[in-house]
Formats: sequence, C-alpha cells, structure tokens
Amino acid sequence: MDGNLNALTTVFTEFYYWVTVVFMFLIHVGFCMYEVGASRRRNHLHTLMKNTMLIPLVTITFFFFGWWIYWAFPNGPFINGGLELEAGAANLPWADTMSTNLGDRITGVFWAAFLLFSWTAASIVSGAVIERIRSGAFWIHAVLIGSVFWIIDASWGWHYGGWMVQILGYHDAYASGVIHAVAGGYALGVLVVLGPRLGKFASDGTPRDIPPHNVWMVTIGLFMIYTGFWGFYAACNVPIIAPSGIDGQIIGETWTATNIYLAPTTLSAITFNFLMSLSGGLLMAYVVSKGDAFWTYSGGLAGIITASAGNDLYHPIQAMFIGGAGTWCAYKLHFIVERKFKIDDAVGAVAVHGYAGFIGLVICGFVLWGAPASPYEGYATISPWGQFAGAVIMFFVLGFVPAWIVSKIMAACNMLRVPQEVELLGLDFSTDEAYRNAVADVQSAEKSMA
Amino acid sequence: MSTTGYENWAVDLKDVGAVYPFQGSEGVLVLIAVALWIVWHIVQIKNENKEIEYEKQHNHRKENIEQSVDRY
Repeated sequence: MDGNLNALTTVFTEFYYWVTVVFMFLIHVGFCMYEVGASRRRNHLHTLMKNTMLIPLVTITFFFFGWWIYWAFPNGPFINGGLELEAGAANLPWADTMSTNLGDRITGVFWAAFLLFSWTAASIVSGAVIERIRSGAFWIHAVLIGSVFWIIDASWGWHYGGWMVQILGYHDAYASGVIHAVAGGYALGVLVVLGPRLGKFASDGTPRDIPPHNVWMVTIGLFMIYTGFWGFYAACNVPIIAPSGIDGQIIGETWTATNIYLAPTTLSAITFNFLMSLSGGLLMAYVVSKGDAFWTYSGGLAGIITASAGNDLYHPIQAMFIGGAGTWCAYKLHFIVERKFKIDDAVGAVAVHGYAGFIGLVICGFVLWGAPASPYEGYATISPWGQFAGAVIMFFVLGFVPAWIVSKIMAACNMLRVPQEVELLGLDFSTDEAYRNAVADVQSAEKSMA
Repeated sequence: MSTTGYENWAVDLKDVGAVYPFQGSEGVLVLIAVALWIVWHIVQIKNENKEIEYEKQHNHRKENIEQSVDRY
C-alpha cells in the first residue's frame, strides 16, 4: 500500500466487506429457523442438517472453482470473447492472492461476500424442497446452484465487464435476478421433477394447506433474513473509490461509493430504498393475504427483491410502489402455479425469490430506460428488452433448465426423493427412536439408583 | 433519452445531484403514495371487521370460549 490515504482506503474497504459477511451470516440463521419452523416435527433435524451442511460444501467448492468462474467467465466464454485467464489466475485456489498475503487485503473478504451470496442461493432452493428430498441429492444441487450456476450468472450480469452488461445493458444492482430469479428458477426446476409432499393435493387436485409447525420460528427466521439483508445490500457496493480507480468515463476527483458495476450510488440511497421497498411489500402482502403472518413476512422480502434491480437509482416512493406491485404478483402467481401445475413450494421460495426477482428486472427496464448500465464507454444502456432477456437467462437458462436436467438424472438413478414409507414415517425416525431409547435408558438407570 | 437524465457517466461527480428517474414527478408520487396509505387503512379496517364478526358469531358457544381460555 502506497501512502497513508491509500492504506486507509484499503483497510476501510477490507473491514467494510468483513462486516457485511458477519451480517450475512444472519441470513443463513434465518433460513434455518424458517425452514425448521415450516417443517413438521418428524422432519426437523433432517431439515436443519440439509441446510446447515450446504455451508461447508458450497464454501469449499466456491474456493476450489466458484470464485475462478466469476473472474474467468465474463465473456461467456465465447459470447463476447474468450476465457479471462489472466483475471482468473489470481483467483485460482493455488494463487498466492487466495491466502494470507500482506500485498492483497481485499480478495479474501470479497471472496467471502460472494460466498455468502452463494449460500443464500442454495438456501433459497433448500426451503422449497423440504420433507421429501434426499439430503444427498440436495447437497449436489446446492453445489451446482451455489458454486456453478449463480456464479456464472454473476460473471455475465454482475461483473463490470460481463457480456450481459455490455451487450444487453443488464442492470441488477442488488441482485433481483442474479441471486433471486436464478435460485427461484432453479428451485422450480427441482420441484417439477421432485413432486409434491404426500397429502399436499386431494384426489381432485385441490391443494391442501400444510401449515408450519411453528409460525413463530418462521416469522423470526424471516426477520433474521431482513437483518442479514442489510449486509447483503452493503456487500453489493464498493464503499469508496476514486474516478481514477474506476478508469471509466467519470471525470474529476470526487470519490464515491458505487454499485457492483462501478457506477456511482450512495449508501443513503440504498438505505431509503431498502426500507421503502420492504414497507411496500409488507403493506401489500398484509392486505392481499388478509393478515397471514407467513405471507406478510415473505411479502416484505418480495418487496425488497422486486425493487433490488434498480434500488441504486430509484426514488424511495418508486421503490415502495415497485415493492408492492411485485409482492402482489408473486403472491397471486404462487397460488395459480400451485393449483394449475401441482407445484408444492413448501415455503413460497419460487414466488418470493423467482417471480419477484423476474418481475423486478422487467420493471427496472422500464423505470430506468436509457440510463447508463455502466461507467464504461460503449456499453448498452438499460432497456426493457435487455432486462427481459436478462430475466429469461437468469430464471430459465441458468436456473430452471439445469435444475430440471440434473433432477431428471437423479430421479432416473432413484436418488432424488425418499421412499414413500420413509416420508410418511418422518425423515427423523431413526434419530427420534435413538433419542427415545436413550431417554428411557438413562431414566431407568437413574430410577434404579433411587 | 434517459429516465434519469443521464445517458452516460461522463460527468464530474461534484456537479451531479439527484439521479433518480422521472425527476419532477415527486409531488405526484407523494400524492399517490398518501392516497394509497389511506386506502390501506380502509381496506385493513374492513377486513378486520369481517374477522371480528366471524369471531363474534362463535362467541356464544361455551365450549369454544372454554377451549380458548384453556389454551392460554
């Protein structure tokens, strides 16, 4: 680090990303609480462990190859150029920058911020498939969505040089599509093959409600996710950078915070818009669900997710309207798709993340029409068609399609879903039985001493 | 033509202020938002009235009251 100002900026940036990582841990705590609360008592431990073990699996695979994909794939490859091998080299697992290195204080925290996004992507899928997927099958899906497909889309549409940003003018500042639409699409691809939980649909096809065993856990879990979401938003920004550091079209010497594309924004802007889009989603969901706690909390998330694509630039009232509109659409679509296609999305993940994310991208295309997607010369500006194409790529091409193909293969190998008798008995049966035996054994031993 | 007023970032940031889209529509946005806020209260109160009416209809059954009290 050359000079004290440079040192201060670097250490501040390092600390900034580190704090976002700590905040984002709460997202995973929230997802675990929410899923366990939504599951029935006979499936608690499997539900918890299914989500917990994605942490080490996605972490190590993101270290092995996920992070390299982000830096090597912005051109496709072969859509707008070849592999970016030089940029990728510094992010390979054997590179000295991926280690304790006094010459590079940013790679580790930036890698970790992206890794926490990876956990979120996998966790979104986890909730939708509870109570009938085999853990082994889910963990393969977790690695694929967490360390392969979402990070390909990040390289394409969430990298300052990504081909979608350059050619489509794709704009997705806080990841409506890059995280939420892709993970929602992926969850839907798995669900189509996996099928509904036993008893979810009556013989005439009418869906039954399978209520959460503990609404408190579900809602507090969602509250935790809101809290962690602050870290997520902050992590999508570069906290401070000089125009010379951006090396784009910006002139002068005024330093700024930027979004992930290195285009100027402020933490104040995203604080306004986070809270107003959350409020738009909560208000709409409360009314449309007639005060249902689960959907009201989920609506808060859907509100933020819908507005996220353009929350670096929207006016707060625009963010509120967009959050409310996306939440209404996501709620209605959930029940239409459930009834028409017999899709059992146990926690509404496809709706809250997938549909809200998709819709948010399209709305952004209209509201920010003509605005620059990037500070670099020659990039396309934001447009409805660029955003729609981006939404299709996120939800279907990188989400739904690979999930459907992999799930079909797993189903053919009889490794996707637990057998019917095990599902009825409960996934925790052997654990519960061991627990009951252990309790009986120790009680009996203690009573014999009385 | 850009909704934000900026078609590129070839600017000196010291000269840049608001960058949100459709500048000049703030007053209308506030009016619509305030109207929707009031509508929200009306809809919510109507829904709550329906819920309370439903609960009142079950109030005369002693067993329902006892069950609710026992539930704590």
